[in-house]
Amino acid sequence: MKAILTIIGKDKVGIISTISTLLANRNVNILDINQTVMKEYFTMIMLVDLDKLDTEFSNLQDELVKKGQEILMDIKIQREDIFDKMYEI
Amino acid sequence: MINTKNILETIKMVDKYNFDIRTITMGISLLDCADTNGEKSRIKIYDKITKLSEHFVEIAEKTEKEFGIPIINKRISVTPISIIAGSSSDTDYVKYAEVLDKAGDTAGVNFIGGFSALVQKGFTKGDRILINSIPQALASTNKVCSSVNLATTKSGINMDAVKLMGKIIKETAYLTRENDSIGCAKLVVFANAVEDNPFMAGAFHGAGESETCLSVGVSGPGVVKNALEKIKGEDFETVCETIKRTAFKITRAGEVIAKEISKRMNVPFGIMDLSLAPTPEIGDSVARILEEIGLESCGAHGTTAALALLNDAVKKGGIMASSNVGGLSGAFIPVSEDEGMISAVNNGSINIEKLEAMTCVCSVGLDMIAIPGDTPDSTISAIIADECAIGVINQKSTAVRLIPVYGKSVGETAEFGGLLGRAPLMAVSKFSSEDFINRGGRIPAPIHSFKN
Repeated sequence: MKAILTIIGKDKVGIISTISTLLANRNVNILDINQTVMKEYFTMIMLVDLDKLDTEFSNLQDELVKKGQEILMDIKIQREDIFDKMYEI
Repeated sequence: MINTKNILETIKMVDKYNFDIRTITMGISLLDCADTNGEKSRIKIYDKITKLSEHFVEIAEKTEKEFGIPIINKRISVTPISIIAGSSSDTDYVKYAEVLDKAGDTAGVNFIGGFSALVQKGFTKGDRILINSIPQALASTNKVCSSVNLATTKSGINMDAVKLMGKIIKETAYLTRENDSIGCAKLVVFANAVEDNPFMAGAFHGAGESETCLSVGVSGPGVVKNALEKIKGEDFETVCETIKRTAFKITRAGEVIAKEISKRMNVPFGIMDLSLAPTPEIGDSVARILEEIGLESCGAHGTTAALALLNDAVKKGGIMASSNVGGLSGAFIPVSEDEGMISAVNNGSINIEKLEAMTCVCSVGLDMIAIPGDTPDSTISAIIADECAIGVINQKSTAVRLIPVYGKSVGETAEFGGLLGRAPLMAVSKFSSEDFINRGGRIPAPIHSFKN
């Protein structure tokens, strides 16, 4: 299963490293990253592969949300197929 | 590949514009639960519902988290109880409602629908007992919803049933008088009721449906309004196109989630109901969409036309998105559950007559309207008869969910709380319909030609 991870918030040092470390610890492979900084706002979208995830999806989600609260960023992870279905005929 | 614009738009739809799946409803057939012994029948009903829905809420919650789109309500609908209970020798069906309530509690759902009877052409023994049990059933349960189909285009209008329902609605209001007659919010009467409606209070699992199925009602008035805010002043083709595109997206999202839940539960997928369903929250209102189309306040002249185009465009976009469209599919215009509608009542721009006209072009009908508690039974029946006539002649579903709030009159407000919202009382005609309703009998099915 592939998922989309979005991280939105004020730009600061170490966002990518914090998140990618968390993902690596859970055996999540990052397939693509897209990042923009508009004014001081940081938006990063990652496409990740969860096939070898070593825990439940909901646990990973909770860990990411918790990490987001720690670094004051809004973090979401959603299955990728929802976006394909909504935007492709 | 990452499409940033689409991903961020979806997140915004949920976070800012209240996009959600309004309900996922599990339909369960109880046809094999009938028994000559009522007690045995109720044991079968409880066992069947709780066994089949054992993991329903848990799976639905897990799936909504994975997709990141909230599912607000998880519900169950069952075969109309009048058909099941009719086999028993019981003379009162309140205990059936109580067992449904208990099963709903165990399953963890927030409503269970199907305390219902279909009497468009006449009453069976079971229908009559069920209808007479409605007031007590709704007063002594929390989650049970009740519906009665009074008319169809093919059978005409059962005016004896219309008359009876005026009295039943008043009795229900009286028995739940401590809570602003909230029992009536869980009771709806229909013309041309559909067998696969996932929305309450009118959901039941029709006799022609499969053993079990999962149906979904998507929503998103806030998303539609936001899309329209971006095209201010543009022509109607642009308005319709914008609504269609939005409806496509929200329907697709609903379908992918529902199909996943249905796969995980091993229960067949039923239908997608495309209705735009408002909530009392700011930013989740159908009335505000109509205003965004160009009306100063909902109810102004032009409201019926705006609603007609909204309803039609939602269907067109949704039907393109899914091949499983069913249920009521349109726009709902409940008063108490729509912040913009409540405000329109308060500022005097909408009245019950305009709402009746609006029901000619959208799904459902006079919904969640609070009226004075001293409204005569026959006036309530006559309002129902008018709505049935609109449905029967125009070959569409119409419904009436009126709350004659005991002890309150125009100028006061009924408070129901939660999704049911709050309703300022609306005036009804002071002139009597008594002799009209007292005739009884049946208004025959209409002719299907010479349409003018």
